[in-house]
Amino acid sequence: MDLQTLVEPDRVHRRVYTDAEIFEREMTHIFERVWVYCGHETQVPNPGDYYTVRIGRQPMVMVRDRDGEIRVLHNRCPHRGVQLCGNTHGNTGRSFVCSYHAWSFHLDGSLKTIPLGAEAYRGTRMNKSNPDCRMKPAARVASYRGFVFASLAADGPSLGDFLGEAKVAFDDMCDRSPEGKVTVVPVCHRVIQHSNWKFFMENQLDALHPSVTHQSTGVAATRVEKRVIEEQGSAPLYYHMLSTFASSFEQWDQVQTLNFPHGHGILKAYMGLRPQDPDTRAYEALLVKAYGRKRTEEYLSRSIHHVLVYPYLSVQSPLQQLRCLRPLGPDRTLSEIWHFRLDGAPEAIYRRSLWYYNLVNSPATMINADDLENWTKGQWGLESDGGDWVSFHRHFGTDRREGDIVTSTKGTSEVVMRNQFDAWMQYMTRD
Amino acid sequence: MSAPRKTPPKAAQARVRAPRRKISERLAPDVVIEGAVGRRRTGAQAVAPDHSPRAPAGSRPAPVLATLPASADLLREVEQFLYRQAELLDGKHWQAWIDLFTDDGMYWMPVSQDQTDWLSWPSIFIEDKPLMTIRLGRVTHPNAWSQAPLWATNHLVSHVTLESHGGDTLVVRSRFHMMELRRDTIRHFGGSYRHTLVRTPAGLRIRQQRVDLFNAQAPFDYVLQVWV
Repeated sequence: MDLQTLVEPDRVHRRVYTDAEIFEREMTHIFERVWVYCGHETQVPNPGDYYTVRIGRQPMVMVRDRDGEIRVLHNRCPHRGVQLCGNTHGNTGRSFVCSYHAWSFHLDGSLKTIPLGAEAYRGTRMNKSNPDCRMKPAARVASYRGFVFASLAADGPSLGDFLGEAKVAFDDMCDRSPEGKVTVVPVCHRVIQHSNWKFFMENQLDALHPSVTHQSTGVAATRVEKRVIEEQGSAPLYYHMLSTFASSFEQWDQVQTLNFPHGHGILKAYMGLRPQDPDTRAYEALLVKAYGRKRTEEYLSRSIHHVLVYPYLSVQSPLQQLRCLRPLGPDRTLSEIWHFRLDGAPEAIYRRSLWYYNLVNSPATMINADDLENWTKGQWGLESDGGDWVSFHRHFGTDRREGDIVTSTKGTSEVVMRNQFDAWMQYMTRD
Repeated sequence: MSAPRKTPPKAAQARVRAPRRKISERLAPDVVIEGAVGRRRTGAQAVAPDHSPRAPAGSRPAPVLATLPASADLLREVEQFLYRQAELLDGKHWQAWIDLFTDDGMYWMPVSQDQTDWLSWPSIFIEDKPLMTIRLGRVTHPNAWSQAPLWATNHLVSHVTLESHGGDTLVVRSRFHMMELRRDTIRHFGGSYRHTLVRTPAGLRIRQQRVDLFNAQAPFDYVLQVWV
């Protein structure tokens, strides 16, 4: 497979979205090597708490060990391969026990007992010192500010080096808490898109699409917001979250994207989420008390809408939303959608993230319904012989490189996709 | 082709060798497991299964059936109202459907049946009339792209029971099954309704429509665009 012929600086061949062989290589060369988000520490507060999670094609389980450490293990009994955790999450007590022949394992995956073990396995290679007798662990596990990642590759950059500037996603989320940390709201919406995972990643920083794709919602919300303001003097902030989607092309062009190594990127903020109501003032006073005025101002004035951790994560840190992709096939992608509470922040501030989660990120979303429609039709179009190339020419030739950051003078520039494919090629052409 | 093996392969040599017996002898009934009362019944007990692999059981109490004897007339009136609600949705008469709600009416689809409020926990839908009006405006806008494909729904409503009835307010429980066709694909949504209805001069109106989708936390293949 000659990948060089498929990815050019200004365009890519449709096969990178549709080809099963390329998808398999993405699994082996990207998803099963990079640091993949497994979950937040607060999902598994007690020993034995677990969540199953998919890394690339591998069913894994994230579990809190009795020593307080979080382990990430293959969800597989080494005897006959049966999965040990049959539910998406729960508590497995002090051990994993296989439902087939009762092999049991400590929470770090090491073998606890095999029924009839001493006699039945005497003289065989299956003994406690054989790693084939334990649940296989992920090669590396690390966390950053409570967000747990695992890599199935023993070598490669550290988590910190992998995240690079995209670390700000987690800093921005946690710094907005007077206690410097967040707690997951243990509800995960799962939505399946009938398209390649790259559609999602490209869309997240594509600042031209909202006023086209989301015009209907933006226009309808603007109309109702105006009426509510006329009748009541003001409208709740959540109207604004929907009505800003109707902003003009010119307005979107003023929103900047920042593009980093490894394909990560940021779409800067456009919504203006610092109203001066009593709830906000009380909340900001708590932050000032915790961090002082200067740092509080630094934290609250970060201009971020989304941070992308390429190739699978979109974090909307100012509203504590996180969407994580689990590719299922070239034309099928699961997204897992979470949100978080800022520890120590007033309930009124939590409700802003709650409203955004309900209106934009729930399975009754008034926004993503139209994105998903685009991507489905996009996938079908790319599966056809009606043309071979996907164009990323918007504002081509005007990208500005400052050190390892790539930007554009125009918010709607397709520099985003060009930067993502730089990273994609680096991953895909390694041995 | 390699020559036939004279000596058994190495793994087989580890086996205990014994003279071959006739198959009829080998099939003699040697062991019959029975009468195990009072004895340890399964080998699994010997390995102390100190895990709890089951999904947690629901914390809701068993429902009390026929909580309230309702007159046939009242029950019939309520049933007709619920059927009309469903017909308006299936007919895409969305403004008429919104008009079924009182001015302070709420449409609520929680994430879990155990959920008791929408202010401290996420919901799939939580809409007052202004938000319903946004959704209506959105789906009827000419550029609501996701509305372009053929789609239709078909509701069945059943199991209608009266939970409470006092003054002008009635609380009614029912079940629904909604099939949805989108392009060439059919999806199923099932669950229960809990309607808080009030009697107004214009007839029954909905103060709250709670929709507990039984597959609320299953993966959604695409999303829900309109109320269920």
